[in-house]
Amino acid sequence: MNQNADQILDHANLFREPEYLEMFEKKRKEFENPCDSDEIEKIREWTKTPEYRELNFQREALTVNPAKACQPLGAVFCAVGFEGTLPFVHGSQGCVAYYRSHLSRHFKEPCSCVSSSMTEDAAVFGGLNNMIDGLANAYALYKPKMIHVSTTCMAEVIGDDLNTFIKNAKAKGSVPEEYDVPFAHTPAFVGSHIVGYDNALKSILSHFWEGKERQPGEKINLIMGFDGYTVGNIRELKRMLNLMSVSYTVLSDNSDIFDTPTDGQFRMYDGGTTLEETKNALHAKATISMQEFCTEKTLEYAASKGQETVALNHPIGVAGTDEFLIEVSRITGKPIPQELEKERGRLVDAIADSSAYLHGKRFALYGDPDLTLGLTAFLLELGAEPVHSLATNGGKEWEAKVQALFDASPFGKNGHVYPGKDLWHMRSLLFTEPVDFLIGNTYGKYLERDTGTPLIRIGFPIFDRHHHHRYPIIGYQGAMNVLVRILDKVFEELDRKSNVPSKTDYSFDIIR
Amino acid sequence: MRQIAFYGKGGIGKSTTSQNTLAALAEMGQKILIVGCDPKSDSTRLILHSKAQNTVLGLAAAAGSVEDLELEDVMKSGYRGIRCVESGGPEPGVGCAGRGVITSINFLEENGAYDGVDYVSYDVLGDVVCGGFAMPIRENKAQEIYIVMSGEMMAMYAANNISKGILKYANSGGVRLGGLVCNERQTDKELELAEALAKKLGTTLIHFVPRDNVVQHAELRRMTVIEYAPESKQAEEYRTLARKIHANSGKGVIPTPITMDELEDLLMEHGIMKKVDESIVGKSIAEETAAVH
Repeated sequence: MNQNADQILDHANLFREPEYLEMFEKKRKEFENPCDSDEIEKIREWTKTPEYRELNFQREALTVNPAKACQPLGAVFCAVGFEGTLPFVHGSQGCVAYYRSHLSRHFKEPCSCVSSSMTEDAAVFGGLNNMIDGLANAYALYKPKMIHVSTTCMAEVIGDDLNTFIKNAKAKGSVPEEYDVPFAHTPAFVGSHIVGYDNALKSILSHFWEGKERQPGEKINLIMGFDGYTVGNIRELKRMLNLMSVSYTVLSDNSDIFDTPTDGQFRMYDGGTTLEETKNALHAKATISMQEFCTEKTLEYAASKGQETVALNHPIGVAGTDEFLIEVSRITGKPIPQELEKERGRLVDAIADSSAYLHGKRFALYGDPDLTLGLTAFLLELGAEPVHSLATNGGKEWEAKVQALFDASPFGKNGHVYPGKDLWHMRSLLFTEPVDFLIGNTYGKYLERDTGTPLIRIGFPIFDRHHHHRYPIIGYQGAMNVLVRILDKVFEELDRKSNVPSKTDYSFDIIR
Repeated sequence: MRQIAFYGKGGIGKSTTSQNTLAALAEMGQKILIVGCDPKSDSTRLILHSKAQNTVLGLAAAAGSVEDLELEDVMKSGYRGIRCVESGGPEPGVGCAGRGVITSINFLEENGAYDGVDYVSYDVLGDVVCGGFAMPIRENKAQEIYIVMSGEMMAMYAANNISKGILKYANSGGVRLGGLVCNERQTDKELELAEALAKKLGTTLIHFVPRDNVVQHAELRRMTVIEYAPESKQAEEYRTLARKIHANSGKGVIPTPITMDELEDLLMEHGIMKKVDESIVGKSIAEETAAVH
């Protein structure tokens, strides 16, 4: 063996050493009951055919690699955006470990969140005692200003009633009677993380707003929704609103908790919408949601309190940002400052500079409903052709909206929209109707490897590239970031396809 | 809008009693929605004159998911415009009927089934067996629970158990026990026992519904007595019960369930059960004979 204490091989190389290769081969032959490799190759090729695609799209009972997560993940993501708030998930520990690791792997930050550790006894007898002890422990140990409770499948299946449980826990003295414990039932088997976000936010707002009289003021509320770019996007949102001198409240501001500084002090809680601001948000003139499908129930609730509501679809690009700024300006009466107009002009200039490399390029994209809407609109603006637009958690309304975008642009004529489909469907699409680029999250790298379609990482989660979440994708500045990310990949591909010396180097250009 | 629920041991006549009572309430001009929460799905057949209505979960299973359903698919209108919905459930032996109740009620609320009705009535299977079957007694659901029972030991046992379920939710929420409804089985001293149990539970026997064959005749025709024989004495009994329930709004109580021993004592007190001589428990004839000699 070529490895010893003085010379340690990285695993990437170690497992390519002859002794390992021999061992793997032996294991395959003796224990894995291997198929004939020609047969495997034959099947692999078959899965690339239109015939297989047709069968694949007839799938009814099986989902392969869905591009969505479950409700409580969205609830936790939302809850940490409030001042000193500890998300408490009523259910089993393993589920909560998943939300924490999922968010940590994306943001490269710790994610504080507790569970009521339900086990078999709790499944049989109900989780009331877990709630009583859990709230008492969480309150005593982590001293949060507020605890937000959501649920996993286990608690939902056995029908645990959070309202009764929390009242009972308060009666038993787990937390003081007047302590804020808003709660939302978030069955993981219903909807997706964007529904969980919606349920959690609505539960927090109704906790503070119910029974209060609204006195309409001048402030506006902004909701970013479930967003992998929350750190960059919320900061960009604030920058734009500050430039407009608008007074606002960001509801669920988790931009700081997912970006805490390393300065010797551990911050279990950081930033966030204060509870006072949350209470006063009832009096807002209007609530603007940057992501319609993350806030359906929340906006309905805000409207029922007399607020004007505006629902956008993750505005990325020129027209999307225009719409956002025009709406803010209309509601608040504040003009759009020249500085933002200049940013717009710079973005348009940048798009024009690179237009030759984007025009007619074919794209496939997948992600959350609002993100795919925002990206589809931006691609059309760039003169690129979004060919496949897919959202596992997108429904009929989303489908109609994407189709409307396609119909309104000459670049959308080859566009198809796929609600409720998964990444295995996408794989068939990429083989049978190839595109130049794929836009999606980290899981898209398997599609990239399988189909050879270059992946541009935009979405959630991004586990295998660092710090993207710090850069906004909304607003004119955000669109610039998205533009650069797309162009980088376009140029890398041009280089990659022209880099054979004395063969293709006539176009291996220094200037692009 | 008032929300009530009928609970009781399986086979006690809960669905018959509730449908007749609700038909009488409809006669009084009340707009009613029935939500059947029993996988047997027989909570609405007398109102709709049908064998069994298509259920929320049955249609959801066929369509692929609850999200694919429209309210019109699951809500039917029957006698005097009474709206009917059956939650349905999985086949016996699989899945979770309790979760089915939660899913159905959430669907109905979200899709506006409750808009414009005076009464929502839940008809809930047997005992409170798990959290899902307690969904109708959660906060902002049924305000009063009516327990249908009889003078039989197991029916009384179930009534007591249901009271325990109500108690769990009553201390922290608004749900109350509206009262007992005794559906006569002609057991010994039935009225007396029912009243005694009601007293122990801290509530009242709201009505004693006498046994009458006209109920069976109506059932054969999948009709309520109110509709089949509106002039009958039995129809009048159900009207009385309906009036009592209508007047009982806000008068529910937090029940005081009793232990199994207390329940047995109650039966002994009324001579239904004999006191057990502890010295003979578990002894065979041979052992007893040997003990005498």
